[in-house]
Amino acid sequence: MDQTSVRRTEITHPQYEEPSLYTVKAVFILDNDGNRLLSKYYDPELYPSMKEQKTFERNVFNKTHKADNEIAFLEGMTIVYKSSIDLFFYVVGSAQENELMLMSVLNCLFDSTSHILRKNVEQRCLLENMEGVFLVVDEIIDGGVILESDPQQVLQKVNYRADENPLTEQSVAQVLQSAKEQIKWSILK
Amino acid sequence: MIKKFDKKDEESGSGSNPFQHLEKSAVLQEARIFNETPINPRRCLHILTKIIYLLNQGEHFGTTEATEAFFAMTRLFQSNDQTLRRMCYLTIKEMANISEDVIIVTSSLTKDMTGKEDVYRGPAIRALCRITDTTMLQAIERYMKQAIVDKVPSVSSSALVSSLHMVKMSYDVVKRWVNEAQEAASSDNIMVQYHALGLLYHLRKNDRLAVTKMLNKFTKSGLKSPFAYCMLIRIASKLLDETEGGHDSPLFDFIESCLRNKNEMVVYEAASAIVHMPNCTARELAPAVSVLQLFCSSPKAALRYAAVRTLNKVAMKHPSAVTACNLDLENLITDSNRSIATLAITTLLKTGSESSVDRLMKQISSFVSEISDEFKVVVVQAISALCQKYPRKHSVMMNFLSNMLRDDGGFEYKRAIVDCIISIIEENPESKETGLAHLCEFIEDCEHTVLATKILHLMGKEGPRTPQPSKYIRFIFNRVVLESEAVRAAAVSALAKFGAQNDDLLPSVLVLLQRCMMDSDDEVRDRATFYMNVLQQKQKALNAAYIFNGLSVSIPGLEKSLHQYTLEPSEKPFDMKTVPLATAPITEQKTEIAPVATSKLPEKLAPSRQDIYQEQLAAIPEFQGLGPLFKSSEPVQLTEAETEYVVRCIKHTFAGHMVFQFDCTNTLNDQLLQKVVVQMEPSEAYEVVHCVPAPSLPYSQPGSCYTLIRLPDDDPTAVSCTFSCTMKYLVRDCDPNTGEPDDDGYDDEYVLEDLEVTVADHIQKVLKPNFGAAWEEVGDEFEKEETFALASVRTLDEAVGNIINFLGMQPCERSDKVPENKNSHVLFLAGECRGSSGGPFVPLWGETPTGFKSGTPHHLTLRTEEASRMRGETSSSNLKKSRRFSFQAP
Repeated sequence: MDQTSVRRTEITHPQYEEPSLYTVKAVFILDNDGNRLLSKYYDPELYPSMKEQKTFERNVFNKTHKADNEIAFLEGMTIVYKSSIDLFFYVVGSAQENELMLMSVLNCLFDSTSHILRKNVEQRCLLENMEGVFLVVDEIIDGGVILESDPQQVLQKVNYRADENPLTEQSVAQVLQSAKEQIKWSILK
Repeated sequence: MIKKFDKKDEESGSGSNPFQHLEKSAVLQEARIFNETPINPRRCLHILTKIIYLLNQGEHFGTTEATEAFFAMTRLFQSNDQTLRRMCYLTIKEMANISEDVIIVTSSLTKDMTGKEDVYRGPAIRALCRITDTTMLQAIERYMKQAIVDKVPSVSSSALVSSLHMVKMSYDVVKRWVNEAQEAASSDNIMVQYHALGLLYHLRKNDRLAVTKMLNKFTKSGLKSPFAYCMLIRIASKLLDETEGGHDSPLFDFIESCLRNKNEMVVYEAASAIVHMPNCTARELAPAVSVLQLFCSSPKAALRYAAVRTLNKVAMKHPSAVTACNLDLENLITDSNRSIATLAITTLLKTGSESSVDRLMKQISSFVSEISDEFKVVVVQAISALCQKYPRKHSVMMNFLSNMLRDDGGFEYKRAIVDCIISIIEENPESKETGLAHLCEFIEDCEHTVLATKILHLMGKEGPRTPQPSKYIRFIFNRVVLESEAVRAAAVSALAKFGAQNDDLLPSVLVLLQRCMMDSDDEVRDRATFYMNVLQQKQKALNAAYIFNGLSVSIPGLEKSLHQYTLEPSEKPFDMKTVPLATAPITEQKTEIAPVATSKLPEKLAPSRQDIYQEQLAAIPEFQGLGPLFKSSEPVQLTEAETEYVVRCIKHTFAGHMVFQFDCTNTLNDQLLQKVVVQMEPSEAYEVVHCVPAPSLPYSQPGSCYTLIRLPDDDPTAVSCTFSCTMKYLVRDCDPNTGEPDDDGYDDEYVLEDLEVTVADHIQKVLKPNFGAAWEEVGDEFEKEETFALASVRTLDEAVGNIINFLGMQPCERSDKVPENKNSHVLFLAGECRGSSGGPFVPLWGETPTGFKSGTPHHLTLRTEEASRMRGETSSSNLKKSRRFSFQAP
């Protein structure tokens, strides 16, 4: 009799959340000062107000920007992250969530973004192609459900091309220009 | 297109964010070009991006301006630019809640969703479902059904996921798509498979049979998607948990087989599922632990983290199962990810030997400042567990904790440390003085009122009983001078306790209290005046009743009674005895040592279980006038777990009555039970007064029926009784699928197990923090001494446990813990008896003689307070009652 009652009480406190497809609680991309560039929250109960969201992002940034450690646990959430030059990508899930699932979302987000930005994963390039990034996020996660985790599939669906004039060419021209100027000045001196 | 911003940004030098200085009004102004012909896709695209960016930054859009922009945007559907169209879908989704009349785009979206362009179809479905409400859903139902089984994977996936989102809104409509979802589940595409499985489970989760069938099908056919496998594992382990299926079940075999899957994600999910199963044996855990061990050396940080976090959980219940991984865990101590290192160390602390403790503690302290508060709490909890395991190490731990207490940290972290120090003090008497000294130092500079008051309370309790109580007075009085009202009030109470316990300190305490009477705060002054007057009487009984052991009533109960009293004006003064007693807190509850989700919700005083019952019972007209609920027992199972009907009983004791609450569950899906009552046949002079039937018991929905019994008041010795119980009801057969019952029914009955009422049901636990004072308060005038033999009890621990369970009284002063290697023990119990206007308070002094052996006599000394009041008769009868306690070992 005793044993059954003990087991009963354990059952009334399930250690599992209800199995569901709602895996991702939030996803955001921050700049190197911790400011939001893009962010989506999928659980209306988690940080319902903009103020709470931004405080959370700030906290996460403060704890994670120094070391590229891939995974952290903050405010009862599992957070996987990845940084590139001056950008920080974050995917947030519940404490019970399979960390590797969250990782696959993060990797897909990063690889797809990297591809549409032609490997220039840095802030300026991202902002110039913001619409492409919005579409990538929309194809990977829909309302917290993982819609796609294969970057190839995502790119095919988004079908987005970064600007024809790649930034690199322009900057080479700029560098040449400034070099010319400097040489000019040094001769004039 | 955005390049025109670049130059300006470089000049201003404020980073390179072209969106940084966007103004909402300017962007909305620009949105007018949506109306120009021909449409300029690049410019329009850029403006839409700006709008979405602003929304994303939390910019507020008024309904009018949002609606205006939305309507202008709808014109962009005329353009055939792909990216522009996709951005329109995004805008629709983002604005669905802020703009009015979003449904005007329905026809455009329906056109795209059924059109030829596959790139548009999926996103169009998702946008359409976002703006659709229940009434419109019927109109697009046909398209949705087609889309679910569409051969283009992105279309099918979008339709399935959107259906899942809409289940919350219109379950009945989406339920009709189950056949289509079933077809989609056999798709070749891995994501379609996953989404179909998710939707199917969500639609069927309340039908256990259907879930079982679905699991059987998919576990046999095999799936390609690792995500779908993870989902299946979760469903299987939930089903195992609910059906209490043994580990020989095919579901368990399935989960175990997933440990050999080639995808790490699936392997980890399976290992984690096994680890979380209740009642898992070490042998069943072993394969899961060994895959986790492999993961510990993975180059991926997330995998190492997942593995060590799960091992940490295993170590809580089965430390020995993890010992094999000790070497791998040692390697993780130096991991650059501090979360992993912390988890590794705390796991080692649980599995390692006493000798490794010092080394591990040193390693933790080298990086404790680098980790997040959540993990600091994990460290503190590990230390707390360690102190219970190795009490001899308490001085090392105490030192470590006091250092942590001085560091910066949030409230949760500090609270964990304080709780840990308090538990060490309570477990190890020799650490009391050092612990109190650290806490004294902490409250000198403590910003958390809750912690300061908690520590002051502890000092009041423990301080007076230390060899040098005077040294704490200074710390306490500093609080009176420096802190906020709540802390000052707590300090005054603590001071009073020193005065009450130590005669030589009394004069100085009185002087200090005198000063507190000038305080600016009402509560502080009131407390000081009250304690001052009590202390000046110099009577031990008064001190015990009003200073050491406070009120023992339930606080929500008191609130309710007082409210009731103010509603009905009467001449009579408020009677404290009408208030239900507080149920003693459950002390053995183990705190989970894991990075648990620290609740974001503000903590509120949850009503206790008994307060909830009190409320429920008071709502039933038959049970009014029974007085306050005295005690509610733990549920007793009256059927086996796997029977047609599951019945458990909770015994509610009132002053002169008992109410038996039968929680019944009907587990037959082809029956509807009505007018369910439980008939009880008492063995003694107990009288069944009334039965309240449960009107209807449909399949798997629990219901309650009640039986009211009057307790015999002429014979106070009749404390125990056995009832034979039979459940009687009207059966109506029904269709298992629809739940529609037949018109006719027939009467039937079902024999339940016997129910016993014991001594413990008549006694409520009362916690007396200072037992000695309570004992003195009652005095030796009402003392009764008896000797009992404990027949078949073998150990001292067992004897103590049996006595507590039999009497149902509260052990005080932690006397329920028998120190090791002792052969005699004194147990202090306190409780209150049912009846006699609130009941007499009964402290009990139980002493086992030296040389404890089975069957040796056991002295019980009992004092009751009741005789000092008006009803001496009851007291003696209670004494008689107590004399009947006999310790036949169960």
